[in-house]
Amino acid sequence: MTCQEKVKKYIQNIKAKPQLNAFLEIYEEEALQRAAQIDAKIAAGNAGKLAGFVIGLKDVICYQNHPLQASSKILNGFVSQFSATVTERLLAEDAIIIGRQNCDEFAMGSSNENSAFGIARNAADESRVPGGSSGGSAIAVQADLCDISLGSDTGGSVRQPAAFCGVVGLKPTYSRISRFGLIAYASSFDCIGIFGRNIKDVALVLEVIAGKDDQDSTVSSQPVPAYSQQLSVTSKKRIAYLKETIESEGLQPEILATVKNTIEQLKKDGHTVEQVDFPLLKYILPVYYILTTAEASSNLARYDGVRYGHRTKEDFEDLEEMYKKTRSEGFGSEVQRRIMLGTFVLSASYYDAYYTKAQKMRRLIKESTDKIFENYDFILLPTTPTTAFKIGEHQKDVLQMYLADLFTVQANVAGIPAISIPKGTDEQGLPIGIQLMAQYFKEDELLAFANYLM
Amino acid sequence: MSKLPSDNPEILNKYEIVVGLEVHAQLLTQSKAYSSDSTEYGNLPNTNISVITLAHPGTLPKVNKKVIEYAIKMGLACGSEITRHNIYARKNYFYPDLPKGYQITQDKTPICVGGEVIIRQKEGGEKKIAITRIHMEEDAGKSMHLAGETDSLIDFNRAGVPLIEIVSQPDIRNIDEAYNYLTEIRKLVRYLDICDGNMEEGSLRCDANISVRLKGETKLNTRVEVKNMNSFRNVQRAIEYEVKRQIDLIETGKQQEIIQETRTFDATVGKTYSMRTKESLNDYRYFPEPDLTPVVIDEEWLQKVKSSMPALPRELFLLFTEKYGLSAYDAEVLTASKEIALYFQELCKHTQNYKAAANWVTGEVKATLNKMTWHINQFPIKPATIVALMQIVESGKVSHSIASQSIFPLLLEQPEKTPLQIAEENNWLQESDSNLLEQIIEEVIKAYPEKVAEYKAGKKGIIGMFMGEVMKKTKGKADPKISNQLLTQKLEA
Repeated sequence: MTCQEKVKKYIQNIKAKPQLNAFLEIYEEEALQRAAQIDAKIAAGNAGKLAGFVIGLKDVICYQNHPLQASSKILNGFVSQFSATVTERLLAEDAIIIGRQNCDEFAMGSSNENSAFGIARNAADESRVPGGSSGGSAIAVQADLCDISLGSDTGGSVRQPAAFCGVVGLKPTYSRISRFGLIAYASSFDCIGIFGRNIKDVALVLEVIAGKDDQDSTVSSQPVPAYSQQLSVTSKKRIAYLKETIESEGLQPEILATVKNTIEQLKKDGHTVEQVDFPLLKYILPVYYILTTAEASSNLARYDGVRYGHRTKEDFEDLEEMYKKTRSEGFGSEVQRRIMLGTFVLSASYYDAYYTKAQKMRRLIKESTDKIFENYDFILLPTTPTTAFKIGEHQKDVLQMYLADLFTVQANVAGIPAISIPKGTDEQGLPIGIQLMAQYFKEDELLAFANYLM
Repeated sequence: MSKLPSDNPEILNKYEIVVGLEVHAQLLTQSKAYSSDSTEYGNLPNTNISVITLAHPGTLPKVNKKVIEYAIKMGLACGSEITRHNIYARKNYFYPDLPKGYQITQDKTPICVGGEVIIRQKEGGEKKIAITRIHMEEDAGKSMHLAGETDSLIDFNRAGVPLIEIVSQPDIRNIDEAYNYLTEIRKLVRYLDICDGNMEEGSLRCDANISVRLKGETKLNTRVEVKNMNSFRNVQRAIEYEVKRQIDLIETGKQQEIIQETRTFDATVGKTYSMRTKESLNDYRYFPEPDLTPVVIDEEWLQKVKSSMPALPRELFLLFTEKYGLSAYDAEVLTASKEIALYFQELCKHTQNYKAAANWVTGEVKATLNKMTWHINQFPIKPATIVALMQIVESGKVSHSIASQSIFPLLLEQPEKTPLQIAEENNWLQESDSNLLEQIIEEVIKAYPEKVAEYKAGKKGIIGMFMGEVMKKTKGKADPKISNQLLTQKLEA
């Protein structure tokens, strides 16, 4: 199939199922033009590594001269004046960007229900959520709307929807990929992640977009291996699973069974699989919510109606009223809740009780995660406690919604790489995902082992 | 109007002033603190900007290493300890001229800790003002409210321009010390070439923390922070006013009305006013900046900065007073500006007559700079030429007055000539030939027999009249010393 044919097919698929609402916008003409150019390059034999890859971007990744609004009203009318480092690297290797994808507002959410552009639907069961926050990106790969999606994963926002939609979702090591051009939610957790239908595609995209970048001082200068060239497992591995995850109260029986079956399969193949204790699991969500909301409250302060985006159309007496009206109108309720929580935990009288304590606990979680990797190559765990839930099911109960991230946040708190891969379905035919975590910068081993497990 | 307690000098005298200053110095880097935007002053509004300065979504800060080096230099100049592991922090508050909604600064790990600034006292002697900390931060943009417009306009050219904040201990006890401290800070930043030190243009800004206490007390009372003073003189005026305000409150039993707050100084009326409590009670919610990795200053880097340090005003002051034997006053005048001090040092490479050299620089050279409003860089006469001029005075070829009043002005116009050339061309070389002089003196004495009689009768001062006549006859070229000797001899004979 030529690039042009492929782009046409994807555009057709997107248009055929508008109710999925995976894309906020498709760059139809532009993608077709580029496809023609790349077809010519392929014919001439000088095409880049990603020639023919049709890629969608979550609406938090900058693409020069294209709208960008983190699925939020507050960025109404905003057009990015520059491209993210990842976008530039994709384009330099001849990828085709097909459009921007729906997500929870400012990447805050686990169901894609917090989007100013409306809910998105899981293609496996349209009455269910795709997960979030990168819901649209997961659906796009699931429903054959593009080859690859780039999302962002702050607490599971790539892996959780990947599990719900039955696709591969990778969150690399924190600092593996430049964040320049990624709209910040919680800077010390945010990671650009990759959705794909197979490991090889994900590995290839990772090797293109990862690595040093002068625009982001926090990015690692570690060399980037050719991940896609080393996807076979040649030795027996040591794998840990966490007692607290499989004994977790709300864990859906079919998911538990899938994890157990996987463990048995691995043992049968000669790998060592052992249970380890991880008593800190119960602190992970509180630590995550304190630290990410603290950072978010500061990161989202720039959306003030002064320089760009939405400003209230109502009259205002003074500056403060302009801020209040603009931000109350522009931000949805979940974003407002997190800004308020973050402002609270950073306030002088509560700083030590919350922020400082959570920082200390984050270090402990990192250290004890690190300890596990002294003895094991991977940690195996479910990606989510349940399969995709019904649209609206958790809308009344925020805490229930937050629990959807219980198994994914550890990798973000610790900063380690993690991947969710599809492993069968539950009784209702909904996809189940299992998750592997590895030590810092061991994406090569992680991808190879995930490839073997799939 | 009834008299205030502070109008009574006796009451005023019971109290001690306690002041600490926070000085913001805008750094002279080419680019901004966290982006590559230009810092050039005076460009059209909103031209030194980029997506980073404007805090567009997805942008990240980038550390400018020059800012770190400049901050280290200031720390080394104050004898501070340099922090090796520097963590940046966010200071959060909403204001339209602050694009990100937070300022990137340093909180718990300021780059320089401790140190001191030595100031010279009015009555002579020195005093050490201890430095608490120096940290790096970034400036905000400028809001402009045009007359007749309801909308405010914002210029973001200044947003992100690097600053260092130098925080002193509350060691300042009177307004002269405040003035001298600021003078010393300004001198330091100018010597280090890290800030132009211009307070009127806002590149040096000062906030004062002010409290008072009864003399002899050791505990600190509630302090008030005063902002918005745009000259050294206004800092003094603000302290003066605020001190009296606080004393009056204490003396009238209203001490509890002195609260920890921020007040603004209005220079037109010379008073401080409370800023809205909302602003002064701001909780800045500091936390470590997650977008910047901590900057580690290793030994090699520190040594590199150390080796690039210029001579500091205090070192030069000590050199001038101790080695060159100049008075503290002369040394002070010479070191007030780095360029003048360096010019003087250059002179001293060619002569050991340091006092005369100092007189030339503090006299004719400085007077010319003032008159022409020149910077020393524009001063046309080379140090070596000044020394040559000094030498023809020393060897008696010309008098000092010819040198300073006639040759020096011509050298300004023809700096390529030597002083001797100019003296020769104008026939200004001094008559030191005693035969010729004797002849002229005898003529003069003969011409005024009655004056000679007066002299002999004891009116010794009349010798001045004879000198004048000698000078007239020699067109000023007579060596005054020799003429005086010869005249005295003849008159006494």
